[in-house]
Amino acid sequence: MSDATRDEVCVVACAESWRGDGAVLASAFGVIPTLGVRLARATFEPDLLISDGEAILVANDLPIGSNEKTVEGWVPFRTVFDLVWSGRRHVMMGATQIDLHGNQNISALGDHARPKVQLIGVRGAPGNTINHATSYWIQNHSARTFVERVDMISGIGTDHGAADLRRVVTNLCVFDFDTPDGSMRVRSLHPGVTVDEVLTNTGFSPVVPDDIPETRPPTPEELSLIREVLDPGDLRKTEVKP
Amino acid sequence: MTTPDLRTTIDEAVAELRDGMTIGFGGWGSRRKPMAVVRAIARSSLKDLTIASYGGPDVGLLCAAGKVKRVVFGFVTLDSIPLDPHFRAARESGAVEATEMDEGMFYLSLLAASWRVPFLPTRAGLGSDVMRINPSLKTVRSPYGDEELVAVPPLGLDAAFVHLNRGDRRGNAQFLGPDLYFDDLFLSAAERRFVTCERLVETEDLLSEGSVHTLRINRTMVDGIAEVPLGAHFTSCEPDYPVPNRWLKEYARAAADPDAWSAYRKRFVEVSDEDYRSVVSS
Repeated sequence: MSDATRDEVCVVACAESWRGDGAVLASAFGVIPTLGVRLARATFEPDLLISDGEAILVANDLPIGSNEKTVEGWVPFRTVFDLVWSGRRHVMMGATQIDLHGNQNISALGDHARPKVQLIGVRGAPGNTINHATSYWIQNHSARTFVERVDMISGIGTDHGAADLRRVVTNLCVFDFDTPDGSMRVRSLHPGVTVDEVLTNTGFSPVVPDDIPETRPPTPEELSLIREVLDPGDLRKTEVKP
Repeated sequence: MTTPDLRTTIDEAVAELRDGMTIGFGGWGSRRKPMAVVRAIARSSLKDLTIASYGGPDVGLLCAAGKVKRVVFGFVTLDSIPLDPHFRAARESGAVEATEMDEGMFYLSLLAASWRVPFLPTRAGLGSDVMRINPSLKTVRSPYGDEELVAVPPLGLDAAFVHLNRGDRRGNAQFLGPDLYFDDLFLSAAERRFVTCERLVETEDLLSEGSVHTLRINRTMVDGIAEVPLGAHFTSCEPDYPVPNRWLKEYARAAADPDAWSAYRKRFVEVSDEDYRSVVSS
């Protein structure tokens, strides 16, 4: 029996999104995805390329917040676009809204001409989702985020030509899109979470298989990497309550 | 034989601007924004400007100052504070219009203007609501096959301003931080092109702090250059200074209400560059 807490289960679930990717630029936004991508490379996906969020490719297993970088390359934003458009990238973004087919909104709530709430902007979401693998991290799984219809399609879904939508990892469960019509499907439930809890907090009806496995817990090696190497300051617990 | 001398001042450069112009600012979010120029524009009588930017407080500050009719952007962020509250207020009150696009499309629009071609093709944008909110955006069919692509039109700028680490009086300029961002393309896409820099040095000293690869702004791209220490403040200008968080927060707090903005404006905007530097250095 693992003594892993929910935040650590989420880190591993994020890490699993990059399994099998090989030498691609692996980009992550948020603490848990950042830990996930670093964990994946430290264990089962050693070929991933990871940037420091500025312009440096970092070769070592960098603890969150550390500046002790082993530099293996330079990726200014212009080079990031080269990688985006070459398809050799897998990004994990956030979403203020996301729908059944994985259409994502980070631009604005309400009418775009005069939004009720102005958000950060579409950023690179349209270009990312049509060019390369994309996953999402939703730290607070709720029906306000998982909606019937997004107000402004920023990242495109499987019904709008997404190149390769992989996973949606939340604080409750993992979704994928492995269905005939590219609908979101409950892939696994985090330990202690019920299907009803997921459905209550999802504003549409995802595909629910008869047998849903539990999200796999961290191995002892993964746990010690998370706790002792990558995040000794427990920053992950600010994003997901254990 | 005389040496080229493109030295100018911010006031001279801003005096060339007119109401309704489209103005581009270099940098990215909270990084290396030409903030001294932005403050000078905020102090001016200019109005109805269209601002094109990988947006940070350059956008928010000019929105708060009532200078902006339209913003061309892929995002507006202060990074450590995800949303610029001044920009947010301007959008939610309907005070400014938005031309919003994918940040890679933005790059291509500057490149198309710089290369003087009518469009550049990309997949970015297809299927997204960027196409819906920009009804003038057209697609183009590949002449070599059937693929339909977005035809990104050029984003021509009336004027562009960037802030670099070093420059010389001839008009060459140098970035010493991690990224040039798209500063060269903002200049190349513009009719009038101005560089501010932390320090003007002699041409023969340009390689004393960075390799030849950092000399990315050459004289063909520049009409005027001015030495402005702390010219990017309160954004970062690595390695000269990181984001001064205290002053970034001060700016964000000024969005709380009109009184807060008016106090901020009086203390940080309606002042000379020298006075600004002494306020933030104290």
